[in-house]
Amino acid sequence: MVAWSDQERSIITSIFSNLDYNDVGPKALIRCLIVYPWTQRYFASFGNLYNADAIKTNPNIQAHGTKVLHGLDRAVKNMDDIKTTYAELSVLHSEKLHVDPDNFKLLADCLTIVIAAKMGSGFTPEIQATFQKFLAVVVSALGKQYH
Amino acid sequence: MNLTAKDKDTVRTFWAKISTNAEDIGTDALSRLLVVYPQTKTYFSHWKDLSPGSAPVKKHGATVMAGVADAVAKIDDLRAGLLSLSELHAFTLRVDPANFKVLSHNILVVLATSFPNDFTPEVHVAMDKFLSAVALALSEKYR
Repeated sequence: MVAWSDQERSIITSIFSNLDYNDVGPKALIRCLIVYPWTQRYFASFGNLYNADAIKTNPNIQAHGTKVLHGLDRAVKNMDDIKTTYAELSVLHSEKLHVDPDNFKLLADCLTIVIAAKMGSGFTPEIQATFQKFLAVVVSALGKQYH
Repeated sequence: MNLTAKDKDTVRTFWAKISTNAEDIGTDALSRLLVVYPQTKTYFSHWKDLSPGSAPVKKHGATVMAGVADAVAKIDDLRAGLLSLSELHAFTLRVDPANFKVLSHNILVVLATSFPNDFTPEVHVAMDKFLSAVALALSEKYR
């Protein structure tokens, strides 16, 4: 089980309570598909992803980005047992979606960049450390059920 | 994963926009490295003050970004251009090359916080590729 200080909990809940999931989710996913184009392999059924503009305006990507962030919300609300909270999601990503777990880190890094851009100088080194710790726990939990 | 002509143009254009802030970017990136990845402090045990924005951090941040500026100028042949820097890192500093990736990540975070509107996904991918290429060139002489 992961230990969270009171300060870390409050940093994470504060960041997420100030987010528009409909904005940040899609931005992170779009950035991931552009910066790491091989991740597009999982979205073959989503339609036109042929260039950056197509990705940015694709409604399926928009919807999915929002969905991903709502998934993260579950971790925020269950910080003391993210592993159990994500057990089903981990099975889904492994057995049904067949996502290479290395991709979780790529999306996490893009989300970090999007949050950094949003918060500017407010994204201090300490806040960055806490946010990255949270995402590392999420990434680990999502990979737990792979075999 | 080679740098295309478009990548190089994107990097040069973006660098021209931000280069006056190079020292601040270096200080911020290095400060973050030491806080977010505490294991990196092991390379700086000889510094009196490892806190964000301290004098040694500022000085070294500027040194690192001068290296990045040099790399931008030599973007057409990083291997040859960064040869002496590679020798320095390989034989004298002996920084584990895994740390290049981690410092690059922090540089990208600083670019996002400082230039949120200019650091588009397209600029992000070009800069990420560029910093990866720099890291590769720096690792040339390691073994």
